[in-house]
Amino acid sequence: MTQSLQWFAPRRQLSPRPRLALSIMSFVLPLLIWSLVSYVPWIWHPQVEITEPGSVAYFKPGLLVDRELFDAESAKALEAGKPQPQGTPANPVYLPAPHEVVKAFYLAFTTEPQRRNEKWLHQSLGDSIYVIFWGFVISSTIGLPLGILCGTYDVFSRLAEPFVEFFRYLPAPAFGALAVAVLGIYQAPKIAIIVIGTLFQQVLIISNTTRKLDPALLEAAQTLGAQRLSLLFRVVIPGIITDVYKDMRILLGWAWTYLIVAELIGTSSGITWFITQQARYKNFDNVFAAIMMIGIIGLSTDLVLAYLGRKIFPWQRAEARA
Amino acid sequence: MNAMHNIELPSYLEQSDAVHDRFKRLKQRPVVLEVKGLNKSFKTAQGTVTALRDINFVTHKREFVCVIGPSGCGKSTLIRILAGLETPTSGQLLLDGKAVHGPGPDRGMVFQAYTLFPWLTVKKNVMFGLERAGRGRVACEEEAMQWIELVGLSRFAKSYPHQLSGGMKQRVAIARALANQPRILLMDEPFGALDAQTRARMQSYLMEIWKNIDITVLFITHDLEEAIFLADRILVLKAHPGEVQELIEVPVPQPRSPEQLLSPEFLATKKRLEELIHPPQEGDAVNEDNLHMVRMVSVNDEVESVF
Repeated sequence: MTQSLQWFAPRRQLSPRPRLALSIMSFVLPLLIWSLVSYVPWIWHPQVEITEPGSVAYFKPGLLVDRELFDAESAKALEAGKPQPQGTPANPVYLPAPHEVVKAFYLAFTTEPQRRNEKWLHQSLGDSIYVIFWGFVISSTIGLPLGILCGTYDVFSRLAEPFVEFFRYLPAPAFGALAVAVLGIYQAPKIAIIVIGTLFQQVLIISNTTRKLDPALLEAAQTLGAQRLSLLFRVVIPGIITDVYKDMRILLGWAWTYLIVAELIGTSSGITWFITQQARYKNFDNVFAAIMMIGIIGLSTDLVLAYLGRKIFPWQRAEARA
Repeated sequence: MNAMHNIELPSYLEQSDAVHDRFKRLKQRPVVLEVKGLNKSFKTAQGTVTALRDINFVTHKREFVCVIGPSGCGKSTLIRILAGLETPTSGQLLLDGKAVHGPGPDRGMVFQAYTLFPWLTVKKNVMFGLERAGRGRVACEEEAMQWIELVGLSRFAKSYPHQLSGGMKQRVAIARALANQPRILLMDEPFGALDAQTRARMQSYLMEIWKNIDITVLFITHDLEEAIFLADRILVLKAHPGEVQELIEVPVPQPRSPEQLLSPEFLATKKRLEELIHPPQEGDAVNEDNLHMVRMVSVNDEVESVF
């Protein structure tokens, strides 16, 4: 009883074992729900897959029809004394079962492209990563220094932030046509959309993080003889670097959300091209597989970055605890 | 207070010959810090507030001065002005006879809040000021280690601040400020956040350091006993506006030890400080100390009265 109450104590960390178990559950639970919906015939399954058309002329084996229609045709056949159609409950084509997606996940990499000029899946993924990488790098080379300057010096803050604040409300995809007109139809306009989508948020987030630095540290540094640039490079930057690193991880996630829109601009490419193509063929198992790939790439990059962060900043481990 | 009145105490102005002689010699030492006609006022929505009015005092070489006063007397503002972190509205600040503006390594400061750089190890923290002075890396390291040893934390040279206790953090902060060899060490309630035992230990530590190092100390506190225990002279401020009320020469002989906390000179000084800082006010006893409280204990309660 008291044990279970402790689980709901606010801001209290659970012991490592239950924490790990719960983390695993957070993936297992959605998978379980998906499996139930997919494999238990009486849960949902609003359609019927025809196995035996019977007397219904337009029914064919493998066809998916709504259950109401099937029941109606079946009743009609029964009334007329003709052979009834047979079928098994099925889910709509857009909800493939987990095993189908797993299979598609594997097959997507091993299946040759249907046309010669089309790309393998891993090449499409490579294109997507290329766009994200350069979009994020370009955004960061401008946004990171600008954000830190804005957070440190009021003059930069006043000069840049009002405009940035305005610009960040402009939806990045709205610049699609413009980006194509200026930068062509291949990767460049896509990278530009990622930059537009990320940069302005980045400046504001980084400048806010910079402002959270304890001003007492700057005062202490001044009484120790630090001046001007050494205040910036020896106090401000090392003081915020761990938080900035965390911000960058979150911002990288945002960059991914702009990817899909970006890749629709100009010639469709990358993982988005693969998704739209497969959706057109109604291969929704492939669509699911591709969406999951994005999730897996995103999550694993973040885990790697988190791990690297702990290695690079040895002082931050206990900061989180404190 | 009443108990104190019953004990026959000497006047805090009475000094033994040794103490009197020491003060005479102390005042002949060169002046390190001179504050002349210092004023500070803030503009607020309610108008101008005078935080400090016409503050004048001098600090002699290797003297230990405590500044004490009721809350709102501007003692923190005073020390921040001395450190150069705030600018006075008017008045002059002379260090070794020269006017100073802005913060600098010639006035070391130890803050009440922990201000060690969390991303630097203890050694690197202490080296911070030395490196700013443009000294070579090896020389910095050697010298930093000496200061760390002085505060007894050699074992922790490679630790990060978060691995240290509050008292240890403040010792590193003292070492870091001293490493610059400032002309004066400004301390703004440095032990205010520590528990009573650690605080007592830190006071003894500080006395040891002060005895052995060529350093002048200006120490802000709101703890009367701390001020008497540490100081040669105590600058008593009063609030609204912050003004010098009295400059007390502590009659407790040096070197100090915790046993002196109950000596007649100590108690006499404490009584005087109490009078200055908590002056008896009219109607005080009725209105503030005894709040008009309604009895909120059940009539049938097992414990009828606490007495």
